Amino acid sequence: MSWLTDALSFLLDGASWEGTSGLGARLLDHLGLSALALLVATLVAVPLGLVLGHTGRGGALAINISNIGRAIPTFAILVIFVLLPQPLGDNTGSFVLALALFSVPPLLTNTYTGMREVDRSAVDAARGLGMSPAQMLLRVELPLATPLLMVGLRIAAVQVVATTTVVGLVSTRTLGSTITAGVASQDQPRVIAGALLVAALALVVELALAALEKRVGRRSSRPAAGKGRRAGKVAAASASSG
Amino acid sequence: MPVVSVIHSASLADNCLTRNEWVCPLYLETRSSILLDAVGEHVQILVLSLAIGLLVGFPLALLARRTPWLKTVVLGAATIVYTVPSLALFVLVLPYTGLTVTTVVLALGLYSLTIIVRGVVAGLEGVPSSVEDAARGVGYGPQRLLWQVQVPLAVPSLVASLRVAGVSTVALTTVGAVVAHGGLGNLLFEGLQTRFFAQVLTASVLTVLLAFAVDLLLLALQKALTPWRRGVAA
Repeated sequence: MSWLTDALSFLLDGASWEGTSGLGARLLDHLGLSALALLVATLVAVPLGLVLGHTGRGGALAINISNIGRAIPTFAILVIFVLLPQPLGDNTGSFVLALALFSVPPLLTNTYTGMREVDRSAVDAARGLGMSPAQMLLRVELPLATPLLMVGLRIAAVQVVATTTVVGLVSTRTLGSTITAGVASQDQPRVIAGALLVAALALVVELALAALEKRVGRRSSRPAAGKGRRAGKVAAASASSG
Repeated sequence: MPVVSVIHSASLADNCLTRNEWVCPLYLETRSSILLDAVGEHVQILVLSLAIGLLVGFPLALLARRTPWLKTVVLGAATIVYTVPSLALFVLVLPYTGLTVTTVVLALGLYSLTIIVRGVVAGLEGVPSSVEDAARGVGYGPQRLLWQVQVPLAVPSLVASLRVAGVSTVALTTVGAVVAHGGLGNLLFEGLQTRFFAQVLTASVLTVLLAFAVDLLLLALQKALTPWRRGVAA
């Protein structure tokens, strides 16, 4: 287990964190790219999922996009984007676009499913109260769909942290490149330290969003057992590809 | 000197390879053995990873189902392992297995395991209690109940998890290029470094085709294993 102690002492050494290729800069770059990609994906997928779910159209697309997304290797898309001419290439825009593309499926599928699973009697009651379609969407359906939307957000967030690591295979950026550079120079403590850091980051994101999901879920009116089971099924149906 | 350069440029044929085009059928023709080797490694990694996932995951799910604390531990561990990014998982296995294909197989086997365990547990939990009661009522013992009622009814969920694991494994195998054993991923990595566009696009397309082929094959397996569900949407 000396590889583990070596990696831990590398992590605890302040010098490992300094400089443009240090752990600090790479971690910040990793977080920045992941956050931007997740933001872009959310801005596209959630409104689209809400509208498709509200109208009940495009269901096949919303569900199947997760299966298609899983079959496409992130690494392949990143390599292609890096090799394409401007405005793509080895730059932030390319990476954010590629990572966002892979975050859309879990968000879209779960938002759509959440909307479709809203109790029809609640929607009918809202219509009976004279709500406009927009009011129904925002005041009735969206709150009821939020638990599944949060599941989608958690899956997408954990996945984007993982796919951001793959950026390190095509560029000297993110914690992924800490790993690949370490493999190339046979610097095992650096490799393991990078891997531990990125694994810890993914787990922190998973736990934080799972906690948030629970808080949001408690406010929702659904029976807990039914919700958990359904959410689990959708989560399994749109899992990661990083 | 001019004579030499004339001969040289004349011998350089003008085709999609020399023009470095993305779409190049000539690449398929001239590099078919390299492509076949890469696909071979890809399939080898896939089959071994799924075998590990199934052979360890299925018994583990059966055990976990009967013991609540074990179920909590197994499902919790599965979530943690599944959360670890693939690149990190590859290199965390690295100290034991080095730059070998075993590194990729073990890491992806571990991923498949987490997906399959959850699929089997969900499948067994989804068996309607009325069906179980009916089987007990006509005299089925626990073993017969498990193998003739519960496991067959859990097959769709098991195969669904196998499909997710299979398709993910095909895509994630490419990342194995970091330890020089990524099947078609090796060609992607090499194509990136040499800016060889035809190689990058061909390897990408082949990976996606392989993923869809695996998905269809497992779907056919599910249809064969669950004849009573024919006519029901999957």
